[in-house]
Amino acid sequence: MDILIVGVGGQGTLLASRVLGRYALEKGHDVKLSEVHGMAQRGGSVMTYVRIGEKIASPIIDEGYADFILAFEKLEAMRYAHYLREGGEILYSTQEIMPMPVVTGAAEYPQGLEEKLRGVGVDALELALQAGNAKAANSVMLGALCKRLNLEKQAFEKALLDSIPQKTIEMNRKAFELGYAAVQAAV
Amino acid sequence: MKKLLLGDFAVARGAWEAGVSVAAAYPGTPSTEITEELARYDEVYSEWSPNEKVALEVGIGASLRGARTIVSMKHVGLNVACDPLFTASYTGVNGGLVIAVADDPSVFSSQNEQDTRLTAVSAQIPVLEPSDSQEAKDFTKYAFEFSEKYDTPVILRITTRVAHSQSLVELEDRRETGVCAYERNIAKYVMMPANARVKHTTVEARMERISNDANAFPVNRIEQGSKDLGIICAGGVYQYVKEALPDASILKLGTVWPLPYSLIEEFAKSVKRCIVAEELAPHLETQIKAHGIKVEGKNLFPLCGEFSAKLIREKVLGQTVQVKAEPVPARPPVLCAGCPHRGVFYILSKLKLNVLGDIGCYTLGAVPPLGSMDAVVCMGASIGMAIGFDKADADAHKHSVAVIGDSTFIHSGITGLIDAVYNKARVTVVILDNRTTGMTGHQNHPATGKTIKNEQTYELNLEQVCRAVGVQDVVTVDPGDLTATEQAIKSALQRDEVSVVIAKKPCVLLTKKLYRGFKVNERCKKCKACLKLGCPAIVNGKEGITIDGSLCTECGLCQGVCKFGAIDGEVQ
Repeated sequence: MDILIVGVGGQGTLLASRVLGRYALEKGHDVKLSEVHGMAQRGGSVMTYVRIGEKIASPIIDEGYADFILAFEKLEAMRYAHYLREGGEILYSTQEIMPMPVVTGAAEYPQGLEEKLRGVGVDALELALQAGNAKAANSVMLGALCKRLNLEKQAFEKALLDSIPQKTIEMNRKAFELGYAAVQAAV
Repeated sequence: MKKLLLGDFAVARGAWEAGVSVAAAYPGTPSTEITEELARYDEVYSEWSPNEKVALEVGIGASLRGARTIVSMKHVGLNVACDPLFTASYTGVNGGLVIAVADDPSVFSSQNEQDTRLTAVSAQIPVLEPSDSQEAKDFTKYAFEFSEKYDTPVILRITTRVAHSQSLVELEDRRETGVCAYERNIAKYVMMPANARVKHTTVEARMERISNDANAFPVNRIEQGSKDLGIICAGGVYQYVKEALPDASILKLGTVWPLPYSLIEEFAKSVKRCIVAEELAPHLETQIKAHGIKVEGKNLFPLCGEFSAKLIREKVLGQTVQVKAEPVPARPPVLCAGCPHRGVFYILSKLKLNVLGDIGCYTLGAVPPLGSMDAVVCMGASIGMAIGFDKADADAHKHSVAVIGDSTFIHSGITGLIDAVYNKARVTVVILDNRTTGMTGHQNHPATGKTIKNEQTYELNLEQVCRAVGVQDVVTVDPGDLTATEQAIKSALQRDEVSVVIAKKPCVLLTKKLYRGFKVNERCKKCKACLKLGCPAIVNGKEGITIDGSLCTECGLCQGVCKFGAIDGEVQ
């Protein structure tokens, strides 16, 4: 299973990949993650690769080979959509974060992305606010991912809660459940 | 027990298991996490050094005194450490000395794409290159034995992809190796001409011996496959080759300098077509061809950027996958919402100054709409370049400044400042003091008053440092106060001497607070003055100007530039 996690630096793509890694390891699979640190993390477009299987060689996923994309922002979902293989699917947050060329007026935020994206959209920002804070949006998306990929809920939720600071557990648990329920309702 | 480990953490784990007792480094992506991880082990003395040269000198001293030692840095950090490096090759070691160096193919977070293997050839230092986290750990342990056996520092070369990928690692226990006995040995350790002449001969003989022995090293191995195609590769590229060419024969090199020529020759002869696959410079290819062995290499592969399985398939097999990417607006990295550097760059942009820049998050001051930077070269270069501007153009001092971060100033800006005073340059230096090493993920440095292990220590006072080297005009401002910042910079530019403005405010990411975010009210006239800040939280959308509450950190800079009082919220 080759999963691409994309978003805007600071949204928590690293955490999401580590949760998936922890879960895969728990399930006895080989797993490789590849992350982006440093300058690109500062509000730029970021992607993290998660590869799970019997024996994984390359830690990166090539264009046209991803089984699944988890996108924390809609424009970023579109930017990497061509990484999907035939029959692959995107689970994306409908949140829009304006890139600097759009803020300065050099470009426009593309319209009608929902029609072009092959997959399911989740209003992660709204659900995160319901859970307590916008920062919980990544947990909403992980809840949604868990449902969409039919991962074992208890084990996956535990992998998430083991990866975050103790004091934010309640908020993130709530966010996870909201994301899970949102996909259940959508499909 | 198997654990999912980042390549950098695996290097740290390997060093710990090998009994390392001293670790020194200056942070640099993608090598930073090695030493951060080592700092968690009680058995290891670890430090953030002011720069890589000092780190390696600490390493040489510790090795000389008998400790197994690891020094870590990124590729450009190795340039800073080259002076001690080249002579440490001559002195050799007492306790094993491993230098972990991380290259950055595709330039994810660096100022160039240089290849450490070429430096190692020049310095005559052996290089081991792992291909994943398990090997990162195993090769690090092996590197210490190697170092002691052949009496040489060893470079462990990794790349961003190996450093920042996670894969499974079998954990083992630490083996206490203790500190070796020390004896004064002038001929070995005092590199004056008479001794250095002798040692150079020793070094050349050592490299020849390693090259011969390397034919039998288990880290250099042949994976027998098809006789039609053979690939010589090392490091992360090996994984791409395994993925793309599962049937090919592979010679996987663990030592990428010096090379096991007999093994390579035997392998090349055993296959119909032999190709060297390596990222960046044609290092292996050049050396192999110089030994009269026929291989292909850079006639197929690019010199720039990192490889992938896709690239290998395309260049070796001619297979391509057709994909169509949707054209969408770029999303370059930007200064974070609430970044203390933003106020300074807003003023530099407003005053239309020439800005000699430096290495850190604030290099992003070059990105529109702030767009305030003329040159960035290497750590500490801003001050020297500003002196050059002044000496080349009599009016330059009226409209140019050097900007440099607190950690970068300590790394190699202080010597530039001494030059400015000594040679009567008229320069204005803005020290962007965000109280941390920001870009690499918030490491302590001498001016934070805390060590790598968060212990209290002497807090270097930057203002006093500037005064001590002879700068008379030193002021400290809060870059959140735009009026005071503008005033300080303008006043400095008017002087015919060296001025230092310290813009002091902690990195916004250091405060792990949850914010509610500011709101734009009905008084907004859509004048777009706030957009000039280049703040990612300020959105110019269909509903006019709004503030993204999920990004805003309530820094108040936008309130400072809004003439209509159109932004509600209280600065925290």
